[in-house]
Amino acid sequence: MLKSLLILCAFFTATSGIASAQAAVRVEPPNLQGPRPLPEQTGTAAIRDYLQSWQSLRAAFEQNRADLLDPDFVGTARDKLTDTIQQQVNLGIRTHYQDRAHDLQIVFYSPEGLSIELTDKVEYDVKVLDHERVKTIQHLSARYVIVLTPAEVRWRVRVFQAAPE
Amino acid sequence: MRTRLAFLLSGMAVAMMQLAFAQDGSMSLPKTVEAGNAFTIQSTGSGKATLYIIGLGQVLKRNVQLGEATFFPAGSLYNAGHYLVVFAGDSSTESDSFDVVPASKPADLSFLAKPSRLPVGLHDGITGAVYVFDAYHNLIAAPTPVSFELSNPSGTVQKRVVVTREGAAWAGMDSTARQGMDRFVARIGEISSARVVGQVPGDPCGLKMNARQSGQQVQLVTDPVRDCNGNAVPDGTIVTFTEAYNGGQSTVDVPLKHGIAEVQMASHNGATISVASGVVLGNQIRWEK
Repeated sequence: MLKSLLILCAFFTATSGIASAQAAVRVEPPNLQGPRPLPEQTGTAAIRDYLQSWQSLRAAFEQNRADLLDPDFVGTARDKLTDTIQQQVNLGIRTHYQDRAHDLQIVFYSPEGLSIELTDKVEYDVKVLDHERVKTIQHLSARYVIVLTPAEVRWRVRVFQAAPE
Repeated sequence: MRTRLAFLLSGMAVAMMQLAFAQDGSMSLPKTVEAGNAFTIQSTGSGKATLYIIGLGQVLKRNVQLGEATFFPAGSLYNAGHYLVVFAGDSSTESDSFDVVPASKPADLSFLAKPSRLPVGLHDGITGAVYVFDAYHNLIAAPTPVSFELSNPSGTVQKRVVVTREGAAWAGMDSTARQGMDRFVARIGEISSARVVGQVPGDPCGLKMNARQSGQQVQLVTDPVRDCNGNAVPDGTIVTFTEAYNGGQSTVDVPLKHGIAEVQMASHNGATISVASGVVLGNQIRWEK
Protein backbone atom coordinates (compact mmCIF):
# COMPACT_ATOMS: atom_id res chain seq x y z
CA MET A 1 0.00 0.00 0.00
CA LEU A 2 2.82 2.37 0.93
CA LYS A 3 4.55 1.56 -2.32
CA SER A 4 1.35 2.25 -4.13
CA LEU A 5 0.94 5.62 -2.44
CA LEU A 6 4.51 6.61 -3.20
CA ILE A 7 4.07 5.72 -6.83
CA LEU A 8 0.86 7.71 -7.07
CA CYS A 9 2.40 10.72 -5.31
CA ALA A 10 5.42 10.55 -7.60
CA PHE A 11 3.14 10.33 -10.59
CA PHE A 12 1.18 13.38 -9.61
CA THR A 13 4.24 15.40 -8.81
CA ALA A 14 5.27 14.69 -12.35
CA THR A 15 1.93 15.11 -14.05
CA SER A 16 0.29 17.85 -12.06
CA GLY A 17 1.99 20.26 -14.43
CA ILE A 18 0.17 18.62 -17.31
CA ALA A 19 -3.18 18.10 -15.72
CA SER A 20 -3.59 21.47 -14.10
CA ALA A 21 -0.97 24.17 -14.35
CA GLN A 22 -1.29 25.51 -10.84
CA ALA A 23 -3.27 23.03 -8.83
CA ALA A 24 -1.56 21.19 -6.02
CA VAL A 25 -2.55 17.55 -6.05
CA ARG A 26 -2.52 15.22 -3.08
CA VAL A 27 -3.59 11.61 -3.37
CA GLU A 28 -4.62 9.70 -0.28
CA PRO A 29 -4.21 5.91 -0.20
CA PRO A 30 -7.33 4.23 -1.59
CA ASN A 31 -10.02 3.41 0.95
CA LEU A 32 -11.83 0.84 -1.08
CA GLN A 33 -15.00 -1.06 -0.56
CA GLY A 34 -15.49 -3.97 -2.88
CA PRO A 35 -13.81 -7.28 -3.63
CA ARG A 36 -11.81 -6.24 -6.62
CA PRO A 37 -8.23 -5.08 -6.05
CA LEU A 38 -7.39 -1.84 -7.77
CA PRO A 39 -4.33 -2.14 -10.00
CA GLU A 40 -1.96 0.79 -9.56
CA GLN A 41 -2.05 1.54 -13.25
CA THR A 42 -5.84 1.74 -13.20
CA GLY A 43 -5.98 4.07 -10.21
CA THR A 44 -3.30 6.28 -11.69
CA ALA A 45 -5.09 6.50 -15.03
CA ALA A 46 -8.43 7.29 -13.44
CA ILE A 47 -7.00 10.14 -11.37
CA ARG A 48 -5.01 11.50 -14.29
CA ASP A 49 -8.13 11.53 -16.48
CA TYR A 50 -10.21 13.14 -13.74
CA LEU A 51 -7.68 15.93 -13.26
CA GLN A 52 -7.67 16.52 -16.99
CA SER A 53 -11.43 16.87 -16.88
CA TRP A 54 -11.00 20.07 -14.86
CA GLN A 55 -9.18 21.57 -17.82
CA SER A 56 -12.00 20.91 -20.22
CA LEU A 57 -14.53 22.04 -17.60
CA ARG A 58 -12.65 25.31 -17.17
CA ALA A 59 -12.45 25.92 -20.90
CA ALA A 60 -16.08 24.98 -21.49
CA PHE A 61 -17.42 27.34 -18.81
CA GLU A 62 -15.10 30.17 -19.73
CA GLN A 63 -15.99 29.99 -23.42
CA ASN A 64 -19.58 28.82 -22.90
CA ARG A 65 -18.88 25.89 -25.19
CA ALA A 66 -20.43 22.65 -24.02
CA ASP A 67 -18.74 20.67 -26.79
CA LEU A 68 -15.44 21.09 -24.95
CA LEU A 69 -16.78 18.77 -22.27
CA ASP A 70 -17.12 15.83 -24.63
CA PRO A 71 -13.69 14.23 -24.25
CA ASP A 72 -13.92 14.02 -20.46
CA PHE A 73 -17.57 13.93 -19.41
CA VAL A 74 -20.35 11.51 -20.20
CA GLY A 75 -23.89 10.74 -19.12
CA THR A 76 -25.41 12.68 -16.26
CA ALA A 77 -22.34 14.79 -15.58
CA ARG A 78 -22.12 15.96 -19.17
CA ASP A 79 -25.86 16.59 -19.39
CA LYS A 80 -25.92 18.71 -16.23
CA LEU A 81 -22.82 20.71 -17.11
CA THR A 82 -24.17 21.26 -20.62
CA ASP A 83 -27.43 22.57 -19.19
CA THR A 84 -25.53 24.93 -16.90
CA ILE A 85 -23.51 26.31 -19.80
CA GLN A 86 -26.73 26.86 -21.72
CA GLN A 87 -28.14 28.76 -18.74
CA GLN A 88 -25.01 30.92 -18.71
CA VAL A 89 -25.46 31.66 -22.41
CA ASN A 90 -29.11 32.59 -21.91
CA LEU A 91 -28.25 34.92 -19.02
CA GLY A 92 -25.17 36.51 -20.60
CA ILE A 93 -22.93 35.05 -17.91
CA ARG A 94 -19.50 33.51 -18.14
CA THR A 95 -17.63 31.87 -15.30
CA HIS A 96 -13.96 31.13 -14.96
CA TYR A 97 -13.10 28.24 -12.69
CA GLN A 98 -9.49 27.78 -11.63
CA ASP A 99 -8.72 24.75 -9.51
CA ARG A 100 -6.04 25.44 -6.91
CA ALA A 101 -5.77 22.24 -4.91
CA HIS A 102 -7.08 18.70 -5.03
CA ASP A 103 -7.07 16.18 -2.18
CA LEU A 104 -8.13 12.92 -3.77
CA GLN A 105 -9.05 9.48 -2.59
CA ILE A 106 -10.44 6.47 -4.46
CA VAL A 107 -13.30 5.03 -2.41
CA PHE A 108 -14.98 2.45 -4.66
CA TYR A 109 -13.94 0.16 -7.47
CA SER A 110 -16.97 -1.79 -8.62
CA PRO A 111 -16.65 -5.59 -8.69
CA GLU A 112 -16.95 -5.84 -12.45
CA GLY A 113 -14.38 -3.08 -12.95
CA LEU A 114 -16.71 -0.74 -14.78
CA SER A 115 -16.73 2.21 -12.40
CA ILE A 116 -14.42 4.00 -10.01
CA GLU A 117 -15.60 6.47 -7.40
CA LEU A 118 -13.39 9.24 -6.03
CA THR A 119 -13.75 11.96 -3.48
CA ASP A 120 -11.92 15.22 -3.98
CA LYS A 121 -11.59 18.13 -1.59
CA VAL A 122 -11.13 20.89 -4.12
CA GLU A 123 -10.07 24.45 -3.59
CA TYR A 124 -10.86 26.67 -6.53
CA ASP A 125 -11.40 30.23 -7.61
CA VAL A 126 -14.42 31.31 -9.53
CA LYS A 127 -14.75 34.55 -11.44
CA VAL A 128 -18.24 35.61 -12.52
CA LEU A 129 -18.73 37.87 -15.52
CA ASP A 130 -22.08 39.29 -16.59
CA HIS A 131 -21.95 40.65 -20.12
CA GLU A 132 -18.17 40.76 -19.80
CA ARG A 133 -18.23 42.77 -16.57
CA VAL A 134 -16.56 41.07 -13.63
CA LYS A 135 -19.08 40.74 -10.82
CA THR A 136 -17.06 38.84 -8.26
CA ILE A 137 -14.08 36.60 -7.73
CA GLN A 138 -14.29 34.12 -4.91
CA HIS A 139 -12.11 31.42 -3.45
CA LEU A 140 -14.23 28.39 -2.63
CA SER A 141 -13.69 24.91 -1.33
CA ALA A 142 -15.97 21.95 -1.75
CA ARG A 143 -15.90 18.21 -1.46
CA TYR A 144 -16.72 16.52 -4.72
CA VAL A 145 -17.89 12.98 -5.32
CA ILE A 146 -16.95 11.70 -8.75
CA VAL A 147 -17.85 8.50 -10.56
CA LEU A 148 -15.75 7.56 -13.56
CA THR A 149 -16.53 4.93 -16.15
CA PRO A 150 -14.21 3.58 -18.82
CA ALA A 151 -14.46 4.68 -22.43
CA GLU A 152 -12.35 3.43 -25.32
CA VAL A 153 -9.01 4.75 -24.16
CA ARG A 154 -9.69 6.71 -21.00
CA TRP A 155 -11.85 7.15 -17.92
CA ARG A 156 -14.65 9.68 -18.28
CA VAL A 157 -16.57 11.49 -15.57
CA ARG A 158 -20.15 10.23 -15.27
CA VAL A 159 -21.12 11.73 -11.90
CA PHE A 160 -19.63 15.04 -10.74
CA GLN A 161 -21.24 16.48 -7.68
CA ALA A 162 -20.22 18.70 -4.79
CA ALA A 163 -21.37 17.72 -1.32
CA PRO A 164 -21.16 19.56 2.01
CA GLU A 165 -17.76 19.11 3.65
CA MET B 1 1.28 33.35 -14.36
CA ARG B 2 -0.91 35.43 -16.68
CA THR B 3 -4.02 33.77 -15.35
CA ARG B 4 -3.01 34.35 -11.75
CA LEU B 5 -2.22 38.03 -12.45
CA ALA B 6 -5.60 38.49 -14.13
CA PHE B 7 -7.33 36.97 -11.15
CA LEU B 8 -5.35 39.21 -8.79
CA LEU B 9 -6.14 42.45 -10.62
CA SER B 10 -9.79 41.57 -11.09
CA GLY B 11 -9.94 40.54 -7.46
CA MET B 12 -8.63 43.89 -6.24
CA ALA B 13 -11.28 45.76 -8.21
CA VAL B 14 -14.05 43.52 -7.00
CA ALA B 15 -12.80 43.63 -3.40
CA MET B 16 -13.35 47.40 -3.35
CA MET B 17 -16.99 46.85 -4.27
CA GLN B 18 -17.40 44.09 -1.72
CA LEU B 19 -15.95 46.24 1.04
CA ALA B 20 -18.56 48.89 0.33
CA PHE B 21 -21.35 46.32 0.55
CA ALA B 22 -20.03 44.76 3.75
CA GLN B 23 -20.60 48.01 5.56
CA ASP B 24 -24.32 47.57 4.94
CA GLY B 25 -24.52 44.15 6.59
CA SER B 26 -24.66 40.62 5.34
CA MET B 27 -27.18 38.45 3.58
CA SER B 28 -29.03 35.64 5.25
CA LEU B 29 -29.26 32.34 3.45
CA PRO B 30 -29.67 28.69 4.37
CA LYS B 31 -26.51 26.64 4.81
CA THR B 32 -28.02 23.78 2.84
CA VAL B 33 -31.10 23.37 0.68
CA GLU B 34 -32.54 20.04 -0.32
CA ALA B 35 -32.67 19.63 -4.08
CA GLY B 36 -35.98 20.86 -5.46
CA ASN B 37 -37.13 22.56 -2.26
CA ALA B 38 -38.19 26.17 -2.00
CA PHE B 39 -35.87 28.57 -0.18
CA THR B 40 -35.42 32.25 0.58
CA ILE B 41 -32.40 34.53 0.56
CA GLN B 42 -32.62 37.69 2.61
CA SER B 43 -30.49 40.61 1.49
CA THR B 44 -29.58 43.74 3.42
CA GLY B 45 -29.08 47.33 2.36
CA SER B 46 -31.19 49.28 -0.06
CA GLY B 47 -31.52 49.93 -3.74
CA LYS B 48 -31.61 47.64 -6.72
CA ALA B 49 -29.20 44.79 -7.28
CA THR B 50 -28.76 41.65 -9.28
CA LEU B 51 -28.73 38.33 -7.48
CA TYR B 52 -26.62 35.58 -8.98
CA ILE B 53 -26.60 31.96 -7.88
CA ILE B 54 -23.65 30.35 -9.56
CA GLY B 55 -22.66 26.72 -9.56
CA LEU B 56 -21.48 24.01 -11.90
CA GLY B 57 -24.92 22.44 -11.64
CA GLN B 58 -27.06 25.50 -12.32
CA VAL B 59 -26.92 29.25 -12.79
CA LEU B 60 -29.72 31.63 -11.75
CA LYS B 61 -30.02 35.40 -12.03
CA ARG B 62 -32.70 37.70 -10.56
CA ASN B 63 -33.24 41.43 -10.34
CA VAL B 64 -33.91 42.16 -6.68
CA GLN B 65 -34.58 44.96 -4.28
CA LEU B 66 -31.95 45.00 -1.52
CA GLY B 67 -33.34 44.61 1.97
CA GLU B 68 -36.07 42.30 0.79
CA ALA B 69 -36.28 38.54 0.81
CA THR B 70 -36.00 36.76 -2.52
CA PHE B 71 -38.12 33.65 -2.68
CA PHE B 72 -37.20 30.71 -4.88
CA PRO B 73 -40.11 28.34 -5.37
CA ALA B 74 -39.81 24.57 -5.31
CA GLY B 75 -37.96 23.24 -8.31
CA SER B 76 -35.76 26.32 -8.75
CA LEU B 77 -32.54 24.61 -7.68
CA TYR B 78 -32.46 20.87 -8.20
CA ASN B 79 -28.87 19.92 -9.01
CA ALA B 80 -26.81 19.10 -5.93
CA GLY B 81 -23.65 21.11 -5.57
CA HIS B 82 -21.87 24.04 -4.03
CA TYR B 83 -23.34 27.41 -5.05
CA LEU B 84 -21.98 30.90 -4.89
CA VAL B 85 -24.52 33.61 -4.07
CA VAL B 86 -23.73 37.15 -5.23
CA PHE B 87 -25.70 40.35 -4.72
CA ALA B 88 -24.30 42.89 -7.14
CA GLY B 89 -25.51 46.44 -6.78
CA ASP B 90 -24.40 49.54 -8.63
CA SER B 91 -21.54 50.20 -6.26
CA SER B 92 -21.35 47.19 -4.03
CA THR B 93 -21.20 43.42 -4.13
CA GLU B 94 -21.77 40.82 -1.46
CA SER B 95 -21.28 37.11 -1.73
CA ASP B 96 -21.64 33.91 0.23
CA SER B 97 -22.10 30.25 -0.58
CA PHE B 98 -24.33 27.34 0.31
CA ASP B 99 -24.90 23.73 -0.67
CA VAL B 100 -27.75 22.04 -2.46
CA VAL B 101 -27.92 18.49 -1.15
CA PRO B 102 -29.63 15.54 -2.83
CA ALA B 103 -33.24 14.85 -1.94
CA SER B 104 -33.37 12.30 0.86
CA LYS B 105 -35.77 9.99 -0.97
CA PRO B 106 -34.15 7.62 -3.47
CA ALA B 107 -35.82 7.57 -6.86
CA ASP B 108 -33.47 5.65 -9.09
CA LEU B 109 -30.89 2.89 -8.86
CA SER B 110 -28.09 2.38 -11.28
CA PHE B 111 -27.62 -1.38 -10.99
CA LEU B 112 -24.98 -3.41 -12.75
CA ALA B 113 -24.95 -7.19 -12.32
CA LYS B 114 -22.24 -9.43 -13.68
CA PRO B 115 -21.98 -11.87 -15.29
CA SER B 116 -25.20 -12.37 -17.22
CA ARG B 117 -24.49 -16.11 -17.54
CA LEU B 118 -22.38 -18.41 -15.39
CA PRO B 119 -22.08 -22.05 -14.29
CA VAL B 120 -23.99 -23.33 -11.28
CA GLY B 121 -22.35 -23.68 -7.88
CA LEU B 122 -19.86 -20.79 -7.91
CA HIS B 123 -19.20 -19.05 -4.60
CA ASP B 124 -19.56 -15.26 -4.97
CA GLY B 125 -19.81 -15.85 -8.70
CA ILE B 126 -22.41 -13.11 -9.18
CA THR B 127 -21.79 -9.50 -8.19
CA GLY B 128 -24.07 -6.51 -8.24
CA ALA B 129 -23.12 -2.88 -7.74
CA VAL B 130 -25.52 0.03 -7.31
CA TYR B 131 -25.37 3.78 -7.20
CA VAL B 132 -28.36 5.49 -5.58
CA PHE B 133 -29.90 8.65 -7.07
CA ASP B 134 -32.72 11.00 -6.19
CA ALA B 135 -35.43 12.19 -8.56
CA TYR B 136 -33.10 14.83 -10.02
CA HIS B 137 -30.40 12.25 -10.63
CA ASN B 138 -28.23 13.53 -7.81
CA LEU B 139 -26.10 10.84 -6.19
CA ILE B 140 -27.36 10.30 -2.64
CA ALA B 141 -24.19 10.14 -0.59
CA ALA B 142 -25.92 9.64 2.78
CA PRO B 143 -25.74 6.00 4.01
CA THR B 144 -28.74 4.14 2.62
CA PRO B 145 -29.53 0.43 3.07
CA VAL B 146 -29.86 -1.47 -0.19
CA SER B 147 -31.37 -4.94 -0.36
CA PHE B 148 -29.90 -7.38 -2.87
CA GLU B 149 -31.94 -10.51 -3.65
CA LEU B 150 -31.10 -13.38 -5.96
CA SER B 151 -33.94 -15.81 -6.54
CA ASN B 152 -34.18 -18.81 -8.83
CA PRO B 153 -37.24 -20.56 -10.27
CA SER B 154 -37.11 -23.26 -7.60
CA GLY B 155 -37.80 -20.61 -4.97
CA THR B 156 -34.36 -20.39 -3.38
CA VAL B 157 -33.59 -16.81 -2.34
CA GLN B 158 -30.31 -15.29 -1.25
CA LYS B 159 -30.60 -11.90 0.38
CA ARG B 160 -28.06 -9.36 1.57
CA VAL B 161 -28.61 -5.87 2.92
CA VAL B 162 -25.73 -3.49 2.36
CA VAL B 163 -25.50 0.15 3.45
CA THR B 164 -24.18 2.51 0.80
CA ARG B 165 -21.02 4.45 1.27
CA GLU B 166 -20.68 7.62 -0.80
CA GLY B 167 -23.76 6.51 -2.72
CA ALA B 168 -22.40 3.11 -3.75
CA ALA B 169 -22.92 -0.45 -2.54
CA TRP B 170 -22.16 -3.91 -3.82
CA ALA B 171 -22.92 -7.53 -2.97
CA GLY B 172 -21.64 -10.92 -4.04
CA MET B 173 -23.97 -13.90 -4.48
CA ASP B 174 -23.40 -17.61 -5.01
CA SER B 175 -24.76 -19.20 -8.13
CA THR B 176 -27.15 -21.91 -7.01
CA ALA B 177 -27.03 -25.65 -7.69
CA ARG B 178 -29.85 -25.62 -10.24
CA GLN B 179 -29.66 -24.31 -13.75
CA GLY B 180 -32.18 -21.72 -14.90
CA MET B 181 -32.81 -18.01 -15.17
CA ASP B 182 -32.32 -16.28 -11.83
CA ARG B 183 -33.66 -12.86 -10.97
CA PHE B 184 -31.24 -10.46 -9.29
CA VAL B 185 -32.94 -7.48 -7.71
CA ALA B 186 -31.55 -4.41 -5.95
CA ARG B 187 -34.15 -2.60 -3.89
CA ILE B 188 -34.53 0.45 -1.68
CA GLY B 189 -38.05 0.74 -0.36
CA GLU B 190 -40.34 0.81 -3.37
CA ILE B 191 -37.53 1.49 -5.81
CA SER B 192 -36.04 -1.57 -7.42
CA SER B 193 -34.04 -2.62 -10.40
CA ALA B 194 -33.85 -6.20 -11.67
CA ARG B 195 -31.48 -8.16 -13.85
CA VAL B 196 -31.68 -11.72 -15.15
CA VAL B 197 -28.72 -14.00 -14.60
CA GLY B 198 -28.58 -17.27 -16.51
CA GLN B 199 -27.17 -20.20 -14.58
CA VAL B 200 -25.96 -22.97 -16.84
CA PRO B 201 -24.76 -26.46 -15.94
CA GLY B 202 -21.14 -26.84 -14.95
CA ASP B 203 -18.63 -29.25 -16.42
CA PRO B 204 -19.70 -32.89 -16.86
CA CYS B 205 -19.26 -35.00 -13.78
CA GLY B 206 -18.85 -38.80 -13.64
CA LEU B 207 -18.69 -39.11 -17.43
CA LYS B 208 -19.25 -42.75 -18.32
CA MET B 209 -19.58 -44.71 -21.57
CA ASN B 210 -20.57 -48.25 -22.45
CA ALA B 211 -19.38 -50.32 -25.42
CA ARG B 212 -20.94 -53.12 -27.42
CA GLN B 213 -20.22 -54.91 -30.66
CA SER B 214 -22.19 -53.64 -33.66
CA GLY B 215 -21.35 -55.63 -36.75
CA GLN B 216 -17.67 -55.07 -37.51
CA GLN B 217 -17.58 -51.98 -35.32
CA VAL B 218 -17.82 -51.08 -31.68
CA GLN B 219 -20.79 -48.97 -30.59
CA LEU B 220 -19.92 -46.43 -27.85
CA VAL B 221 -22.68 -44.68 -25.89
CA THR B 222 -22.39 -42.43 -22.86
CA ASP B 223 -24.77 -42.39 -19.95
CA PRO B 224 -26.81 -39.16 -19.77
CA VAL B 225 -24.19 -36.49 -19.20
CA ARG B 226 -24.77 -34.34 -16.11
CA ASP B 227 -22.78 -31.89 -14.01
CA CYS B 228 -21.88 -32.56 -10.39
CA ASN B 229 -25.21 -31.04 -9.26
CA GLY B 230 -27.27 -33.30 -11.50
CA ASN B 231 -28.07 -30.68 -14.14
CA ALA B 232 -28.13 -32.03 -17.68
CA VAL B 233 -25.20 -30.76 -19.68
CA PRO B 234 -26.63 -28.98 -22.76
CA ASP B 235 -26.86 -30.66 -26.14
CA GLY B 236 -24.06 -29.61 -28.43
CA THR B 237 -21.39 -30.01 -25.77
CA ILE B 238 -18.55 -31.91 -27.38
CA VAL B 239 -17.58 -35.36 -26.11
CA THR B 240 -14.35 -36.86 -27.39
CA PHE B 241 -13.88 -40.61 -27.86
CA THR B 242 -10.32 -41.86 -28.30
CA GLU B 243 -9.33 -45.38 -29.34
CA ALA B 244 -5.69 -46.47 -29.05
CA TYR B 245 -4.51 -49.70 -30.64
CA ASN B 246 -1.23 -51.23 -31.89
CA GLY B 247 0.56 -47.90 -31.62
CA GLY B 248 -2.17 -46.10 -33.57
CA GLN B 249 -4.92 -43.76 -32.36
CA SER B 250 -8.35 -42.63 -33.60
CA THR B 251 -10.25 -39.70 -32.16
CA VAL B 252 -13.86 -38.70 -32.77
CA ASP B 253 -15.59 -35.53 -31.45
CA VAL B 254 -19.32 -35.97 -30.99
CA PRO B 255 -21.84 -33.33 -29.83
CA LEU B 256 -24.29 -34.34 -27.16
CA LYS B 257 -27.73 -35.09 -28.54
CA HIS B 258 -30.68 -35.71 -26.24
CA GLY B 259 -28.23 -35.70 -23.34
CA ILE B 260 -25.97 -38.47 -24.59
CA ALA B 261 -23.14 -38.94 -27.08
CA GLU B 262 -22.79 -42.00 -29.25
CA VAL B 263 -20.50 -43.11 -32.03
CA GLN B 264 -19.31 -46.22 -33.88
CA MET B 265 -15.58 -46.79 -34.18
CA ALA B 266 -13.53 -49.50 -35.81
CA SER B 267 -13.30 -52.57 -33.66
CA HIS B 268 -9.69 -53.48 -32.79
CA ASN B 269 -9.10 -56.33 -30.45
CA GLY B 270 -7.18 -55.16 -27.36
CA ALA B 271 -7.82 -51.47 -28.07
CA THR B 272 -8.07 -49.00 -25.21
CA ILE B 273 -11.03 -46.65 -25.57
CA SER B 274 -11.44 -43.50 -23.44
CA VAL B 275 -13.99 -40.70 -23.25
CA ALA B 276 -13.58 -37.05 -22.24
CA SER B 277 -15.37 -33.71 -22.43
CA GLY B 278 -13.20 -30.63 -22.25
CA VAL B 279 -10.85 -31.13 -19.32
CA VAL B 280 -13.07 -33.78 -17.74
CA LEU B 281 -11.96 -37.38 -18.22
CA GLY B 282 -14.46 -40.21 -18.19
CA ASN B 283 -13.97 -43.93 -17.92
CA GLN B 284 -11.68 -46.14 -19.99
CA ILE B 285 -12.53 -49.51 -21.60
CA ARG B 286 -10.20 -52.25 -22.85
CA TRP B 287 -12.02 -53.72 -25.84
CA GLU B 288 -11.91 -57.48 -26.41
CA LYS B 289 -13.95 -58.92 -29.23
